[in-house]
Amino acid sequence: MPYLGGEETVRELRRALSNPNVQSDQLRYRNTILKVIRAMSQGVDMSGLFSEMVKACATVDVVQKKLVYVFLCSYAALNPELSLLVINTLRKDCQDPNPMVRSLALRNMTNLRLPSLVEYVEQPLAAGLRDRAACVRRVAVLGWAKLHNLQASSEIDAAVVNELYSLLRDPDPVVMVNCLRALEEILKDEGGVAINKPITHHLLNRLKECDIWGQCQVLRVLQRYRPQSEDELFDILSLLDASLVSPHPPIMAATLSLFLSLCSGQPAVSLAALERVRGPLLAACGSGSREMRFTALCHIQLLLRSIPGLMGAHYKRFFCGYAEPAYIKQRKMQVLVELVNDENVAMLLDELKGYCTDVNAETAQAAITAIGRIGRSYSDRCLEILTGLLGLKQDHITSAVVQTMRDLVWVCPQCSDTVCFALEGCEETLQDSQGRQALLWLLGVYGERVSSAPYTLEVFIDGVRSEASLGVKMELLTATMRLFLCRPAETQDMLGRLLHYCIEEETDMCVRDQALLYYRLLHCGIEETRKVLQGRRSDPSLGVLIGRPAEPVSQWARSFNTLEPLRQGSIETDGALNRLKQ
Amino acid sequence: MISQIFILSSKGDHLIYKDFRGESGGDAVGVFYEKVTALTGDQPPVVMSHKGLHFVHVRQGGLYWVATTTADSSPFTIIEFLNRLSALVKDYCGSLSEKSVQMNFALIYELLDEAVDYGYIQTTSSDVLKNFIQTEAVSSRPFSLFDLSNVGLFGAETQQSKVAPSSAATRPIQSSREQGGKSEIFVDVIERMSVVIGSNGMLMKADVEGEIRVKCYLPNCSGYGAAVRVDEVSFHQMVRLDEFDSHRILRLCPSQGEQMVMQYQLSDDLPSAPPFRLFPTIERDSGGRLLMYLKLRCDLPPKSAAINVAATIPVPKGSLSLSQELSSPDQSAELKPQSRAVVWKIPRFTGGMQLSALFKLEVPGLSSASLLEVGPVGLSFELPKLTATGLQIRFLRLSPVQPGPSQRWVRYVTHSDSYTIRI
Repeated sequence: MPYLGGEETVRELRRALSNPNVQSDQLRYRNTILKVIRAMSQGVDMSGLFSEMVKACATVDVVQKKLVYVFLCSYAALNPELSLLVINTLRKDCQDPNPMVRSLALRNMTNLRLPSLVEYVEQPLAAGLRDRAACVRRVAVLGWAKLHNLQASSEIDAAVVNELYSLLRDPDPVVMVNCLRALEEILKDEGGVAINKPITHHLLNRLKECDIWGQCQVLRVLQRYRPQSEDELFDILSLLDASLVSPHPPIMAATLSLFLSLCSGQPAVSLAALERVRGPLLAACGSGSREMRFTALCHIQLLLRSIPGLMGAHYKRFFCGYAEPAYIKQRKMQVLVELVNDENVAMLLDELKGYCTDVNAETAQAAITAIGRIGRSYSDRCLEILTGLLGLKQDHITSAVVQTMRDLVWVCPQCSDTVCFALEGCEETLQDSQGRQALLWLLGVYGERVSSAPYTLEVFIDGVRSEASLGVKMELLTATMRLFLCRPAETQDMLGRLLHYCIEEETDMCVRDQALLYYRLLHCGIEETRKVLQGRRSDPSLGVLIGRPAEPVSQWARSFNTLEPLRQGSIETDGALNRLKQ
Repeated sequence: MISQIFILSSKGDHLIYKDFRGESGGDAVGVFYEKVTALTGDQPPVVMSHKGLHFVHVRQGGLYWVATTTADSSPFTIIEFLNRLSALVKDYCGSLSEKSVQMNFALIYELLDEAVDYGYIQTTSSDVLKNFIQTEAVSSRPFSLFDLSNVGLFGAETQQSKVAPSSAATRPIQSSREQGGKSEIFVDVIERMSVVIGSNGMLMKADVEGEIRVKCYLPNCSGYGAAVRVDEVSFHQMVRLDEFDSHRILRLCPSQGEQMVMQYQLSDDLPSAPPFRLFPTIERDSGGRLLMYLKLRCDLPPKSAAINVAATIPVPKGSLSLSQELSSPDQSAELKPQSRAVVWKIPRFTGGMQLSALFKLEVPGLSSASLLEVGPVGLSFELPKLTATGLQIRFLRLSPVQPGPSQRWVRYVTHSDSYTIRI
């Protein structure tokens, strides 16, 4: 459809809809309306056809009715007066002998979202709650919730709320679940549905009648329940046991959430529940749907925080498939790092090494970072791999390796010799500012052991005028100062040039202030300068990889089965590490 | 609870949009697509947020199926729902693609209307829905006899997402009013194999995930039996398992449309050897070119064959051109610069055979370290009529006995989920 044809299309369709020949031919009428809806779903504005569509609503053709309702519900808010004309048709349809027509009318009356219609809608909705057809009752129940949200200021009659509570005992399970949903919304200010013992037991007894969506809803609402005795608690848990290992991931997740909230005072029971869901979660990790696999993976990461050994025997399940999307590969690598031990370290490192040359730069960098983290406990092997990667002379790989080496050396100072040796010649391949900053930090702190350090720094200093990155300039200042303190003869001249530039010509105030600070420090004397600049070089306490303490479940139980674990960047980062290195 | 659902084509065209709650202002669809295009690569994260709007999406049929929701919604539920929705659309429209969604938008709006009310999922059962859905499906192409020779599998997305449909099984399921049409039932055993072979030739990991899927155009019950050893099994809610332990019999009443009946998984102890072995020789020649001599051997029994075999061999960055010597004309190979790999395609690979290929690559600045960039080799393939676990359906019995002639199809396929050979 041509972009500019919007108005033209509306005119044409209006002509067609008003044409009595079209109106009398059911098929033609329906097809014209189909065209209107198609244009609408492609984003063209069809609101000009509102009155013609209102007339099309009074028809016996159910397909046409449904199409017209799709239109009306989208544009009703723009035409409140015209919408009133539809009400008569809708009210009539609410009394149609066919239950499908009744439920359709009731649902669309409430979907129109027009406050002016409320007075006309209440009576059919009240009748709908008592309709003999379940499909109508389902719609009526949610209709009250919609009404409540439409007019938040007015109170829903207490009689209606009572009726909704009594409909929790409706024979149709979807009606029951819809009542839960409606009451949750209507009574939101009071904390939702009152989840007391009789209601809880009633819902649990009827759980099996619900389909998976209904079960998930019930399990979620029950999270508010507090059992009154330990016996009752264990009764409930054993009733739910089969759902805990359900092959349907949504039910398994909802049940575990419920278990965790019911057992928040009983950590041993919570941990036992985590062990039970290992099988279903692993099965979900092998699902045909990538997104489901990803969700399961992110939730496994949560469980590993409390039971680090949970997946130990299954580490091979977390090897990356070569065609998997990057977001899955990166999470799998994070999990692999948690599962490393003496027996599998060789195989894991071999696997990770293969990922370092992945065509996706972020995945390659994640693999290198993962190797670095394993290096905290297995430094020799990891350093061998990392130095080998430097030989590829590819900028994103070298950058990630240098940053990883910097992080590694902070935690394992015994690696510094190997690292220093490897640094020779890196600066040619580094392009990005993160990598260059890492290199500069290393040269500053370990410069006395890297023979080419002054020359490398000199190249940076000569190019400082065209240096864009603030971080690089700051790091360059600090690194040159540190190197000066241990190799004064070679660096004095360039330090002078750098300070001169930063104080006299540099426009960025942070850099200038830092340079001024260093200049004044130097005036105070070498000893003072040394004290300030040569602080800690490492913090081994920060982290051996293996043997980290397990967190209590309560730390993460709230975010289980929500969108939180799937977010980018919700994984543990070494932020603490970065802050300490300044 | 879900606030809006929309379906976009891979290029961002609006196909379907439905707002259930009327709560969000602003152009959610535009925001979503902007975020997708702003990212490098073609794999946007499953969950994205922007100023209080939370998007969860899945990719099916090359389309984006997106739901906006609250931060504390269950991702398992939303993703399962979106997958189930796309399966319903596929059942009703016969196939899943941009074209079929465009042609059947009215049907899809009807489905959404009945499946979700006020953002709460009411049902996704095709049995229930068929009573409400009135619109007829529009198929994208008419049935043709030529398609019968290519009886492939539904629901099996191979690595290349190339489903060779049997159009009989892509027939839309019937709406409530239509009677007639052939009664047929398709039982498919679909297995996905995930293997890693180390550089020393040792099998490091072998996993198989399998599913038994039933697609039913019959009005009535059926039951069938199967025999196999597996590690873990799970069944659809509706399957009756009373005779499973003794005779390995599953009873079920399948509803119209496609559903997954049994899921199983086997690790590390496959009854047969992995189907492919690679013997590579990688070296530099005197002219500074990279030489790769690859011998690929198929260890399937001689009567079987693998089809659509493709070997993806990552090569060093900066590889310029490829010259190749392949042993038969139906094979092909090309260098793909964006994925930095050589792709070697073998349409049909019979069991017991060995195929070799010689590739010469021009790589300026080739060093011995660059050889590290070669590999690991990824294989993708399909093994028709074969199951890696050896699972077999022994019998398929329908009861009550069908009045007219009814067709039963039992089909097996294994395909590669991820088959990696390290060099």
